[in-house]
Amino acid sequence: MMARLKSIWEFWYDFVIGDDWHVAAIVIAALAVTALVVHQAGVNAWWLVPACVAAALIWSLRRATS
Amino acid sequence: MSALPLILTVFVACVVEAVEALTIVLAAGLTRQWRSTFQGMAVALVVLAVVVVVLGPTVTLLPLGVLRVVVGALLAIFGLQWLRKAVLRATGFKGLHDEAAAFEREVTAAREAGAVSRGLVTDWYAFTLSFKGVLLEGLEVVFIVLTFGANQKNVGAAVIGAAAAIVVVTAVGIAVRAPLAKVPENGMKFCVGIMLTSFGTFWGAEGAGVRWPGNDAALLVLVPAVGLLALGCVGWLRQVSVARAQAERAAA
Repeated sequence: MMARLKSIWEFWYDFVIGDDWHVAAIVIAALAVTALVVHQAGVNAWWLVPACVAAALIWSLRRATS
Repeated sequence: MSALPLILTVFVACVVEAVEALTIVLAAGLTRQWRSTFQGMAVALVVLAVVVVVLGPTVTLLPLGVLRVVVGALLAIFGLQWLRKAVLRATGFKGLHDEAAAFEREVTAAREAGAVSRGLVTDWYAFTLSFKGVLLEGLEVVFIVLTFGANQKNVGAAVIGAAAAIVVVTAVGIAVRAPLAKVPENGMKFCVGIMLTSFGTFWGAEGAGVRWPGNDAALLVLVPAVGLLALGCVGWLRQVSVARAQAERAAA
């Protein structure tokens, strides 16, 4: 039973998160910070998510090739 | 927004996955038995269709803001995965996906497996190999169909893109009767990665409360910008690769 649950978890983790969990963490953090900045500070920070996405890709590639 | 980018993105993503599924189905059918292979494929397609029919309307019932932030995050993560893999493959840091080699591996395994019959299925190995191959490759397509389609309130257009890809790959597969090794899978994955990352970024930020300059027209800047970033990464990693090779030669 545990082995089956573990394999299901591993499948979905690999399916959604993939090889580098940092990418998912950066994307989620970027969206959370953007929501805070927009709703709390009233700043239309449209540039924040694209900047973090670009940084996530570059950082992940750097980690994969270093 | 026009349904064309939606249909094209789903079509290209689906072609990539269908080519990989075709390799497995051909290995099972050519080395084992076509009847059980088709049974496995049919059951997998029914499961995938049920997932779309059940989850499609459910996802579209979510409030638009919640839908956009959740789906945007998932699409951006998924797109970055595809893009990362495609860049690493294009620059030699990861081996290219070789359909001919994958076919040989599956054929060898299929020849060595014993024959077991269960119920209506006369060759259980061919059935499960085909079922798993189609289901696992198909899940990625279902994910893209549901997220992309639901966000544009047009799951039907996404299904059309996916169905067209399956028809095209199946027709070519039947005509060629060999794995489609010449399909430029990595280039297609690269393009789909750019589209998923761009749309995921756009919808995710919008769901978080952002108002994009120019509204939907911002995508006309975002998609090429992500494309240029990805191409820039390819150029950068090629330079890294060349510099490393030169350093290794100098050290030898």
